[in-house]
Amino acid sequence: MLEAVDVTKRMALHGRRRGQWFTAVDSASLKLESGKVLALVGESGSGKSTLARILTLGDEPSSGTIRLAGKEVSLRRRADRQAHFGQVQLIMQDPFASLNQLHRVRYILSRPLRNFGASGDLTDRIIELLERVNLTPGEQYIDKYPHELSGGQRQRVAIARALAADPVVLIGDEPVSMLDVSIRLDVLRLFADLCAQDGLAMLYITHDIASARYFADEINVIYAARMVEGGPAEEVTQRPRHPYTQLLLESSPDPDRIGERSTLPIVDTSNEPVDREQELAGCPFAARCPHAMPICSEQPPPTTTFAEGHWSRCWLHTES
Amino acid sequence: MKRLMGGDRKVTVGLVILAVMLLIALVGPVLVSLVLGQSPTKLHAGPALAGPSADHWLGTTSSGVDVFAQFITGTRVSVFVGLVGGTISTFLAVLFGLVSGYHTGRTGAALTGFVNIFLVIPGLPLLLLIASYTRGRGGWAAVALIIGLTSWAGGARVKRAQTLSLRNRDFVAAARYSGDKQSRVLFMEVVPHLAPVIASTFLFAVVGSIAAEAGLDFIGAGNTNTVSWGTMLYWAQSQGALQSGAWWWFLPPGLGIALVGTAAGLVNFGIDELSDPRRRTLRAGSRPKRRKVRRTEVAA
Repeated sequence: MLEAVDVTKRMALHGRRRGQWFTAVDSASLKLESGKVLALVGESGSGKSTLARILTLGDEPSSGTIRLAGKEVSLRRRADRQAHFGQVQLIMQDPFASLNQLHRVRYILSRPLRNFGASGDLTDRIIELLERVNLTPGEQYIDKYPHELSGGQRQRVAIARALAADPVVLIGDEPVSMLDVSIRLDVLRLFADLCAQDGLAMLYITHDIASARYFADEINVIYAARMVEGGPAEEVTQRPRHPYTQLLLESSPDPDRIGERSTLPIVDTSNEPVDREQELAGCPFAARCPHAMPICSEQPPPTTTFAEGHWSRCWLHTES
Repeated sequence: MKRLMGGDRKVTVGLVILAVMLLIALVGPVLVSLVLGQSPTKLHAGPALAGPSADHWLGTTSSGVDVFAQFITGTRVSVFVGLVGGTISTFLAVLFGLVSGYHTGRTGAALTGFVNIFLVIPGLPLLLLIASYTRGRGGWAAVALIIGLTSWAGGARVKRAQTLSLRNRDFVAAARYSGDKQSRVLFMEVVPHLAPVIASTFLFAVVGSIAAEAGLDFIGAGNTNTVSWGTMLYWAQSQGALQSGAWWWFLPPGLGIALVGTAAGLVNFGIDELSDPRRRTLRAGSRPKRRKVRRTEVAA
């Protein structure tokens, strides 16, 4: 449904580094399909949210294109953007910031309904939406202010707002990371139901590869602006090819894991300043990689494809 | 209004004072001439420089004009100039602040530059210059217009700063994703959060305009033939009311200005609640009383 093709986002730097550029996303491609969940996994600052903003037209890509149902999306005209908002909706991370505390739930949900076609009395539609996100009975929530709701309830309202536009694609930018652990699963199940029942395509952005494995059909791993590995969720989590993916999986707790951790110790460079341009000259993970070779920091690794659409960009897996 | 009235006693007192002032401004002059039979301009209506008495409630001036009639009539000019000048100033401040804060790029930069220019133009000399040129032509409305046009820049900067921080909030982006038009995003998402700032600058713009009008008249830059709190002070000062101890002459207009300022300050206490529904519900009394846990219970 929604596709990003070679999307690059470069931002101008200010202050002492004026005139230089920072690459937030480097020629990233991904494809969302109806009824399927694609997880985009990466750490803070890896470019996940920038990509989400670009896909929802919150930001303009420096190069590359966004395609919706095969047609290139243009940002120029308001009508085009409006049409895109009607198809692609974003669910933001922080439900305490994404709902205006001065408006009642009724108003918040009535706006997308009105803007994307509905008219007349919307009460029934709003109650229906609230019940679709398991806020039942809807009558009880419709006239509440956001501060009267819990974090999980607010996030459900935010999801209902996204659904009100009747989109074909949902983009969740860490939609459960601000929620209490006990309700994360409920919200993820809600997403899974929406995708399965209504055929929505979903991009699930997270830093938690365990939840991605549980919930997504496919996983793409992004590190320092660049996609490093992708493929079916089981394949990527069971047979991770890129050292970074291996590291991510190692660091997530798994009660079933037997024995010691198997990966080599990695170099911790998290306190060192990042020079993104230098990183992108080779493999961005080279500085921290336990298997780093001279070539790793000189040339960007090519894409190697394995079975079942599983691919990775690492010099370890190239033939020659 | 009801929301504001329901709460604090301070706010209620402030609003009552402002309402009374407005009422005096609207019907006062008529009542003075019809009921009391006094005129604010009639010379030798009584003995010169007489103290308060049954005939002249606030005494008379050195030329025998009734001070009470002057005070009531002057309220109209002062309050009207205050309201109109304050409204013009606040309107311009909101307009420029909002647009220059919300739009990045050229429009925003140009507007910010324009605001900055108005900010550094010294307001009082400009006010004096224009006022001494018009010399009371156009009546109080012209004075209000001049005051409004020269006093909005500071408020615009405040609103710009607020808008700058609001426009990057998630809920503003969310409203855009919901398909809301830019004007709607501005007026339904951003402006309500500015409400307390707008309300408080409006109140102080009103007080500022009243003070500016009185100041102009006091130094004689206005039309000294009109009756206002400022001209009362002007004549009281030039006729030496202070030296001759005629407190009934200069005290009422001075206290009038102080009273309006105090009332505006009191109302400001209630304005925070405008943009915080949480405080509104607390005020509504739905909060159950917290049960006191006694020390003995805790110990046990």
